[in-house]
Amino acid sequence: MDKTVRNKVNIEIPEYIEGYGKVKPYAGAFETEPTGNKFAPKIKAFKNGEEKILKTLREGIEKSGLKDGMTISFHHHLRNGDYVLNLVMKEIEKLKIKDLTIIASSLTKAHEPLLENIKNGTVTSLHTSGLRGKIAEEISRNGIMEKPVIFRSHGGRARAIESGEVKIDVAFIGAPICDTMGNMNGKEGVSAFGAIGYAMADVKYANYVIALTDNIVPFPLNDISISMDYIDSIVEVESIGDPTKIATGATRITKNPNDLLIAKKASEVLIATKKVKNGFSFQAGSGGASLAVCKYLREYMEENDIKGSFASGGITAYLVELLEANLFESLLDTQTFDGEAANSLVRNKNHIEMSASMYANPHNKGCVAHQLDLMILSCTEIDVNFNINSLTASTGVIMGAIGGAPDTAAGADITVVVAPSMRSRLPIILDKVTNVITPGDTIDVLVTERGICVNPLRGDIKKLLEEANIEIKDIRELKEEITKITKVPKSNEYEDKIIGVIEYRDGTVMDTIKQIKM
Amino acid sequence: MEILRPSIVGSVESNDILIQIEKGNGIKINLESSVKKQYGEDIEKVIIDTLKELNVKNAQITATDKGALDFTIVARMKTVIKRATKKGDVA
Repeated sequence: MDKTVRNKVNIEIPEYIEGYGKVKPYAGAFETEPTGNKFAPKIKAFKNGEEKILKTLREGIEKSGLKDGMTISFHHHLRNGDYVLNLVMKEIEKLKIKDLTIIASSLTKAHEPLLENIKNGTVTSLHTSGLRGKIAEEISRNGIMEKPVIFRSHGGRARAIESGEVKIDVAFIGAPICDTMGNMNGKEGVSAFGAIGYAMADVKYANYVIALTDNIVPFPLNDISISMDYIDSIVEVESIGDPTKIATGATRITKNPNDLLIAKKASEVLIATKKVKNGFSFQAGSGGASLAVCKYLREYMEENDIKGSFASGGITAYLVELLEANLFESLLDTQTFDGEAANSLVRNKNHIEMSASMYANPHNKGCVAHQLDLMILSCTEIDVNFNINSLTASTGVIMGAIGGAPDTAAGADITVVVAPSMRSRLPIILDKVTNVITPGDTIDVLVTERGICVNPLRGDIKKLLEEANIEIKDIRELKEEITKITKVPKSNEYEDKIIGVIEYRDGTVMDTIKQIKM
Repeated sequence: MEILRPSIVGSVESNDILIQIEKGNGIKINLESSVKKQYGEDIEKVIIDTLKELNVKNAQITATDKGALDFTIVARMKTVIKRATKKGDVA
């Protein structure tokens, strides 16, 4: 048996993981300090008269010097409408390049053709924030990859790239507008998706950067998010994606009465903390009750004439509405969550684009996540120590994403988790979550329709809620109450094989995901 | 009680169960569930207990569960049995 170690959330992990390397165990949200220097890519010269625009994608890949065993990167701003990754992988397949590592900011349903690239050895390692669908099923149930998938938060990915923990040989960037020298942004053109925050680290630290675009314009572009000094080659393609597929229903205010009830209770909690006042800052995850909290906060802000400082994160059309209603001074945006909101970046000067590093990297000189007063998160499971899971289902199958949850929970003054007490009979509160994504000591309050629980570490919040006559339940008691109705679910059985490694934002290991026993 | 005709009740909405009952020899249950791994045995037990309670000894049950709670399963079972055992013509 390999040597193991227990990390701060009491999870036993091997000291060495095959296909990952030596493990640094999670030691606490701010316990692991960075050392050394940032990584730097090769220096290069561009000669007068050289042509950046290439005729074919194949030419670009060949020029980049991509070889077996190298690392390539992608960003997922077009989400379910992304064509770039599939276009690139198709060409790489034709060139018979094997054993590649993909560092994606996340993978979506649109990337399912990647399954073939994995099965035939073109891709042998994945780094991502999220994974769903068939690829996730095959990895979770059948262990089709030798090396474990490495999961990072958005801040953690930027940190890993800047620190050189991951080295990108070739970065592929999808640009809805790009001039003849490679200046680009994500917010103009028919394929506009909005902020291009995730790709900003990729272009700065990759040895070769190829921009794919369906909209070449004359030099110089007026509004530059990523500049020419980082771009090696430009390839024109018919389309980089379908921006109407960015949003998948998760960005509209829910009509589900249970979610609305939870959102209402959560807004009451936020108000009771006395943090909702002039100049406050706020972020809410997309989907379900989380986004609906904004609706109730809005009512309170309007009634009391409150104007917030900023709202951040994935920016939805609803947040743009709040900005344009003058309820916030600004929006800070790393990934625009629907096509409709993309144009706001053009028309609203106070809708500000930011890189993933500026958003959430714990090892830089200051990130927005640490400036947050209030954070609303959703989850699939929470345990009695407030550790939360948002990546794996109770069946053990990977079906979600880390996103910015660990980053914002660590940074925000108060982090509130909203969740229904049960989903399809499965209780939300467990003795132990399937996998820990965000550590409990960064989670402050849980709001369900059956009760509100406060982390015992936050006596200050408990006191404020009591003053506002909000009933608080002990999380263990609420767990009992729920499992009386649902009964206790049978736990999963796993093989020994580690199919996923969950890194905390600072590069330490929070948990591992094992293959499911069939 | 004797099953006189096939009957079906419920839905495949989240937190509900679709139950079909037919004549059978002894009790046979064919269960599909989104939470079969976690609750398969619990669900079958509730189905069997309800059959016993209503004294049904021969029936074939096909159930598609989407995470229904026990009281939902009991209610759906009682209704499906009632419809399948009612004497006379049923619209």
